[in-house]
Amino acid sequence: MKFSIVVQSSPFSSQAPATALRFAKALLEQGHELYRVFFYADGTLIANNLITPPQDERDLPEAWAEFKKQNGLDIVVCIAAAVKRGVIDENEARRYEKENSNLHPEFELSGLGQLAEAIAVSDRVITFGGQ
Amino acid sequence: MSTKSVLIINRTPPYGSSSPREALDIALTCSIFEQPVSLLFLGAGIFQLLNNQNTESIEQKNLESIMSSLPMYDIDQLYTTKSSLQAYDLTVEDLCLPVQIIDDTSVASLINDHETVLTF
Repeated sequence: MKFSIVVQSSPFSSQAPATALRFAKALLEQGHELYRVFFYADGTLIANNLITPPQDERDLPEAWAEFKKQNGLDIVVCIAAAVKRGVIDENEARRYEKENSNLHPEFELSGLGQLAEAIAVSDRVITFGGQ
Repeated sequence: MSTKSVLIINRTPPYGSSSPREALDIALTCSIFEQPVSLLFLGAGIFQLLNNQNTESIEQKNLESIMSSLPMYDIDQLYTTKSSLQAYDLTVEDLCLPVQIIDDTSVASLINDHETVLTF
């Protein structure tokens, strides 16, 4: 079955992005396809490359990045939600005349259309961190 | 592109969190992508539909003005439950858009009738 995952909450105030990762791994192990992961709302904070967890805590952004690399996944971070939370790539830094960018290189900013398309294409869309 | 019917469930009041705006952004985008969108307002989420919202004093964007653009995006399937209205002593007269009122027991079948459900 073709799945897409939406993550809506922050990696540190919510367990949802960690649960989403475990779910994603489980569905690949069971032979399903993961079409796209879409980070939205506070979920976009996961792509901040400056995140520095304490040494005795799990680095969840790195865990997601590693999972993506291993499986060649399509992971999209909502550009509007990310930029207003200070998660920006080099293009956006230039556009808004910011001195720095901080998007993790394994993540990609794109629009909500990527979510609409994932909904259209996927058999199941699972949300983590919704209300 | 194939189409999937989308139900967006809104359970948070219009101000105090970014959830309502983020839900609306998805609704509008899905509609642009020609996917039929329905909105269900539950509990305090019904406040999102209140008419005469005035946000000047809290310096927030007025949600009602975004809400009122929904019909232009062909989003006219709006639902709430009788108990949501009763809980806050509201009637359809208090709302800015026409909404279908369903029983609590019909929520399950509304969810079942849609291919994708997102909650905010």
